Amino acid sequence: MELPEDRGRISESLFEVLRTYDPDVDLSGLEHEAFKVLDSEDILHSEDIQIVLFVLYELHYRGFDGIDARWEWNPPLLGLRAKIEEQFEARLRQIAGDPSFSLGSAQDTARQLFALASADDGPSVSTYISRHATVEQAREFLMHKSIYQLKEADPHSWAIPRLTGRGKSALMEIQFDEYGAGRPGAMHSELFETTMRGLGLDSEFGAYIESLPAITLASVNMMSFFGLHRRLRGSIAGHLAIYEMTSSIPNARYARGFRRLGFDSPVTDYFDEHVEADAVHEQIAGRDLAGGLIEQDPSIAEAVFFGAQAACAIDALVGAHQLEAWGRGRSSLRQPKVKVEA
Amino acid sequence: MSAEGAQIVVCPQGPLILRGDFEILDAEGEAVPTSRETVALCRCGSSAIKPFCDGTHKLKKFEMPRD
Repeated sequence: MELPEDRGRISESLFEVLRTYDPDVDLSGLEHEAFKVLDSEDILHSEDIQIVLFVLYELHYRGFDGIDARWEWNPPLLGLRAKIEEQFEARLRQIAGDPSFSLGSAQDTARQLFALASADDGPSVSTYISRHATVEQAREFLMHKSIYQLKEADPHSWAIPRLTGRGKSALMEIQFDEYGAGRPGAMHSELFETTMRGLGLDSEFGAYIESLPAITLASVNMMSFFGLHRRLRGSIAGHLAIYEMTSSIPNARYARGFRRLGFDSPVTDYFDEHVEADAVHEQIAGRDLAGGLIEQDPSIAEAVFFGAQAACAIDALVGAHQLEAWGRGRSSLRQPKVKVEA
Repeated sequence: MSAEGAQIVVCPQGPLILRGDFEILDAEGEAVPTSRETVALCRCGSSAIKPFCDGTHKLKKFEMPRD
C-alpha cells in the first residue's frame, strides 16, 4: 500500500522522514513532540499517534510502496515506537482493568474466558447489522473491519515461534484453518475480499485507511503490539481466545443482515464460514491455547487475561463509535466520502 | 470406515470437538461435507448448522447431562 496521509504534526514529520532512508536519523525532537500531543489527547482517539503506530507496525508486515524496507529495524525508529508503546500499554491497561483470574486447569481458564466473553455487554454492532443497517452502513462496517480482516490471523502468527507444547499446537491448528488449510483462495482474508467486492468496495489492503478513525486503528495496533512483543505472547493468545469466543454468534447475525439487504453467497460466505469455524476455534483457543499456556507456565496468566480484557474493552469502544454515529444518522468514517467502484 | 486415530474432546457446556481421521455420515449413509479437519459437533440440539456447532449453546446456557 501507499504511505497514508498524515493526520497531524507527528505523522507529518515522521512520514516525511520515512521517504528517504537515513540510518542515523535523529528522532528525539519528534519523540518530545509526541509526548506533548499525548499530554492533551487520549492515545486511543489520537488520529496523529494512531496513524503513526499503524505505519510503524506495518513496516513489519508488508511495508509501503517506495519506502525503504530497512526502516523496519532502524534503531531510532524502534526507539520512537517503544516510547509511544509505553503510553499505549498504560492506556490499554487502564481500560482493561486489573487482570481478574484464578489459576487452575486449562478447562478452568477456558471457563473464565467464556465467562468474560459472555459478560461483555458492549453495544452490539452485529444486532444492528442484522436488523437495521442500510447498505451504506454495511459498507462502512466492512471498511472498518478491512484493516484487520484483509490480514486476518497475521498478528497472532507472530506468537508461533514464541510458544511450545500444547499451546503452540493449538495456535497452529487455528491458524492453519484461518489460512485456508493450504487451499489457495480459501484464506479467511480472501473470503473477506470477496465480500468487499460484492458490495462494490476495493479489496486491496489499506484502500480505506484515510477513512478509518483512530479507535479503529487502535484496535488493530493493539494486536500488532501484543503480537510483536514476546513479553506479551500471553496477551495475543488471550486476545485470540476472546476474539474467537465473540465471533460465531455475531457472524451469524452479520450473515442474516447481509441477506436481509439482498446479498447471498459468495458475499455471505465469509460470515457463514466464521459461524462454523469459530465455534471450533473458541474451544481450542480457550482451553488448549490460553489454558495450555497457563498450565505450562502460570506466570503467563496475567498477560493472557490482560489481553483478553483489553480485547473486550477496545471492541466495545469500536462498536460504540459506529453505533453512535449511525444512531445520529451520520457516517462512522473519518471522512464521509465513500469510495465505491461503479 | 477409517476412523483410526480420531479423537473426540468433550467440551463442558459445549460441543464435541472431533479431530483426526474421521468421516461423518447422515442417516442415509451419505457423507456430510466439511471443509475443515477439526470440527465441533452440536451437543445442545440448538445449532442452526447441525451436525456442526454454531455457538448457540452459549445463549441457551446448555449444561451437559450428568450421571
